[in-house]
Amino acid sequence: MSEQGSADVREVVIEYFDGTSRTATIIDREVPYPEGKLIVSRTDTKGFITHANQAFVDMSGYSQEELIGKNHYILRHPDMPAVAFAGLWETIEAGNKWHGYVKNLRKDGAYYWVKATVIPNIRNGQVVGYTSVRRKPSRSKIAESEALYATLK
Amino acid sequence: MTLNLTVSPDFAPDHISGWFIFNTWLQRQLETRVHLELYDCFDKQRADIKAGKYDLVYANPFDASMLVRELGFKALVRPLSKPDETIIATHAESSLTCVEDLAEGAQLVATDDPDVNRIGMIMLEPADLDSANTKLNTVDSYVIVAKHLLNNQADAGFFLKDAYDELSALIRKQMKVLVSSEISVVHHALLVGPEMQQFIPQLQDKLIGMAEDEKGKSVLESMNLLGWEIMTEEETEFMIDLIDTLID
Repeated sequence: MSEQGSADVREVVIEYFDGTSRTATIIDREVPYPEGKLIVSRTDTKGFITHANQAFVDMSGYSQEELIGKNHYILRHPDMPAVAFAGLWETIEAGNKWHGYVKNLRKDGAYYWVKATVIPNIRNGQVVGYTSVRRKPSRSKIAESEALYATLK
Repeated sequence: MTLNLTVSPDFAPDHISGWFIFNTWLQRQLETRVHLELYDCFDKQRADIKAGKYDLVYANPFDASMLVRELGFKALVRPLSKPDETIIATHAESSLTCVEDLAEGAQLVATDDPDVNRIGMIMLEPADLDSANTKLNTVDSYVIVAKHLLNNQADAGFFLKDAYDELSALIRKQMKVLVSSEISVVHHALLVGPEMQQFIPQLQDKLIGMAEDEKGKSVLESMNLLGWEIMTEEETEFMIDLIDTLID
């Protein structure tokens, strides 16, 4: 990953696990989690988005059309360590529920923190996809997560 | 043949007669006897459902999950434009302005409504509160939840939004809302047991048609419903998956 630009706005090349990468503008600005809402999305077994609710659209800054068919990693913020997502995939591919605190990247480069839960969607004994539900985290959990993730990068 | 119907105990007391009217309507439509049993306690009802006493259940979303995944029920319909939302409220003159103002040791008051209480606890997470560092007083009705707040016997109370909205204006004026959920996709459902699934198409037809005829419409009004819409198997599974993510 290479970094350049000023302290508040920087251009970052984000490399994904599948070998692809993109250059994203990162702005050091937090967008507050909307009160009372759940951000809901579903993906297929490879992580490609098949459903996004309105709260997801509003918070991510992407349109519904832009989100459907994209890999969920489109939201990955460069401050998130890859190991956190490796743990997520290991857990859900084993058929278990995963909880974690995640810093998400918006289309405009700003970010928002969530408490995320991901579960496998099992139909007739087969995993057919995953449901991810995000809710409002506490400031103390965000601070703990920031400190932890800084050590994992 | 007698069909047995029960209704989640979280509807407002004003609509009890509405469910009996619905029961009579259903008997006429199906030309068979339907017995309606109402409960004032979630646990007792759940035990009787698990014992196989019911063919039709109007269930809250958390119980719907248990009915489908554990007991082989299938969702027929959901009420039109009636998502289950939760409100956390406090006394109007309380110094609290948002959930984050609540501190450890907060005294909460709620009914034993499982979905409202679960969503309520989730909405307390931003304040680092959970069942271990709060005190929850469980009471019999939302009117009593409000009474506890008005008497300053609790810092915050959980309400089903529908029930909160149906409290008298005088009571509501003495409370303020700290947070109201906007989940939209979690709702009650009318479910049919494994022995009755051959009746699903017929039941769905009759229920969907209710909003179209005068008699059906007045039955719906008495239950405070606008109508029904079909709930597909995948929609049911989607709601259950979502609820699963909310249970730790």
